Amino acid sequence: MILTEKSIAEIKEKAVHYPVKKSAILPALTVAYRQVGHVDEVIYKEISKIIDVPTLEIAEAATFYTMFPKKPRGKYLLQVCNNISCALRGSDSMIAHLENKLDIKLGETTEDNMFTLIGVECLGSCSTAPMIQVNLDYHENLDKKKVDSLIDELKAKKD
Amino acid sequence: MHYSPVITNAEIAAKDKDLHLFQYVEDPKQCEVETFVSRGGYKAWKAVLDGISKEDVIETVKKSGLRGRGGAGFPTGLKWSFVPKDSPKARYLVCNADESEPGTCKDRVIMERDPHAIIEGMAIASYAIDCHLMFIYIRGEFTHCIEKMETAMKEAYEKGHLGKNIYGSGYDLEMIVHTGGGAYICGEETALLNSIEGERGQSRMRPPFPAIEGLYACPTIVNNVESLAAVPHIINRGAEWYASIGTEKSKGSKLFSLSGHVNRPGNYEVPLGFNLKDMIYDPAYGGGMLDGKKLKGVIPGGASTPFLLPDMIDVALDYEALQEKDSMLGSGAIIVFNEDTCIVWVIKKLIHFFRHESCGKCTPCREGTGWLEQMINRIEAGQGQPGDLEKIEEVCGNILGRTICPLGDAAVMPIQSALRLYRDEWQYHIDHKECMVKSNFELK
Ligand SMILES: Cc1cc2nc3c(=O)[nH]c(=O)nc-3n(C[C@H](O)[C@H](O)[C@H](O)COP(=O)(O)O)c2cc1C
Ligand code: SF4
Repeated sequence: MILTEKSIAEIKEKAVHYPVKKSAILPALTVAYRQVGHVDEVIYKEISKIIDVPTLEIAEAATFYTMFPKKPRGKYLLQVCNNISCALRGSDSMIAHLENKLDIKLGETTEDNMFTLIGVECLGSCSTAPMIQVNLDYHENLDKKKVDSLIDELKAKKD
Repeated sequence: MHYSPVITNAEIAAKDKDLHLFQYVEDPKQCEVETFVSRGGYKAWKAVLDGISKEDVIETVKKSGLRGRGGAGFPTGLKWSFVPKDSPKARYLVCNADESEPGTCKDRVIMERDPHAIIEGMAIASYAIDCHLMFIYIRGEFTHCIEKMETAMKEAYEKGHLGKNIYGSGYDLEMIVHTGGGAYICGEETALLNSIEGERGQSRMRPPFPAIEGLYACPTIVNNVESLAAVPHIINRGAEWYASIGTEKSKGSKLFSLSGHVNRPGNYEVPLGFNLKDMIYDPAYGGGMLDGKKLKGVIPGGASTPFLLPDMIDVALDYEALQEKDSMLGSGAIIVFNEDTCIVWVIKKLIHFFRHESCGKCTPCREGTGWLEQMINRIEAGQGQPGDLEKIEEVCGNILGRTICPLGDAAVMPIQSALRLYRDEWQYHIDHKECMVKSNFELK
């Protein structure tokens, strides 16, 4: 099993509240994504056993939802909102800055597997633009200095 | 835990006897159930269970004039009254916290800073429709809101505001925090219901409407966070009080998310009918244009609403006045852009979004948004051809009003309005193969 005891327990705890089993698919995918960083066939099979829903139905739902990466990504998934409110506040230039700094293009992962840089649609941070979501965390009201120190901090983090 | 650094007008709201949604949002303690209760929280919920009939709750909300704050502005009390009284099925209440319309970031402020207000509103709405299991559907990226809502829910259970036999009334009410997977379309109520059911988030054909056949084929009411958060105040202070705020037809207060080229982007609670120009220029709100640049246009109600030109912004922020200007109040997301903004570039961003978020169920939306994106990208890249604008208009005409859900219309309306209001700039782009102004917005 890839899913830990803790994740399994969490999925089960969420699943019991729903009147219909299938409703636990999204909650289960969310728990799995938070633990593993992505979801795929192997995960679908494990979830299927836990919530007693056919693997196919889990895969069918999962492939619709873009928030769950379907392949492993870098340790830090940098999700830059590039919709209109952020773009008016310089998100295009922030992406260019990150591309330079990390020496990758949008959509790519650094060689050391630390960072994956992607552009995403509006994350509801419009009045605190521009922003980056790093894995689960929002970083808002960004400027060049904050972006630089954010990346440096992540690089320095040891875990 | 994460606490959004967004600017609010809580200080004004605390002093103004009519504003109620933002009264306490600058106090981190407001998230805690004790503080919430000490300020009158769960009082309305208790009063309702103590002996206000379901019919009276619905009647009060109807009389208050409250209209849905999720975008469509449908009268809330009227919607509740559509749930069939004699149905033997379970009923469900779903709070829509998907908040994905570009420009909109208001519901998250209530989730992060006053989560019990939402639970109380959901509970009263549940009672009104005789529901015993209610859901809040929060967009999956909002980890911080999810945590706040889950904590608040746990507290509400512990203190007996939720669960079995609440306050000894015999009424049972359970709650589920359900989280999404990053799809704008799941804000559309029927797609949202599919998403809770564990399906792909695609919209459903109507009829049947959710009030008749919604979640698990049972009568279901879907309401926006902000609509529900207003309900306890209406119960506490009465329909007349609520109806006295705002304008003749647009009652109550509303949250506006202000973003783009203003000095103070933020979330502001104002009575409906507040002037848009003041929202942008008043030092207590937008504080004027960033870097003193000239205003070029405003999107007043979220990415799917038509534009306003600078000479149109002396307008009341309410349902009717904006409609008179051929636009819409929508979700209350005001996006402001300055003279350095290329209109084709704005539309390129918007159509990319709608194409990406189309659920693919109906052909006009699925294919049409793709064609539009291709054509608009081409123009933006300086490869526009004579006749392109007419072609775009034709495709728009073939999407409008011909789709299963309103996303198709939402994609088209800003494009049609941009073509109408900024025609010269589009033509310039095609004739000169470049932007009239370059949108080079530097990261500060
Ligand atoms: C494409 C699309 C996206 C929507 N997104 C949201 C949303 O994020 N939040 C919301 O409350 N309503 C959203 N709505 C409106 C809902 O379908 C529904 O009308 C609303 O939740 C009803 O609540 P209200 O009457 O309280 O406004 C969306 C509608 C469409 C067509
Ligand atoms: S209009 Fe678009 S989003 Fe709505 S049902 Fe049709 S394809 Fe799906």
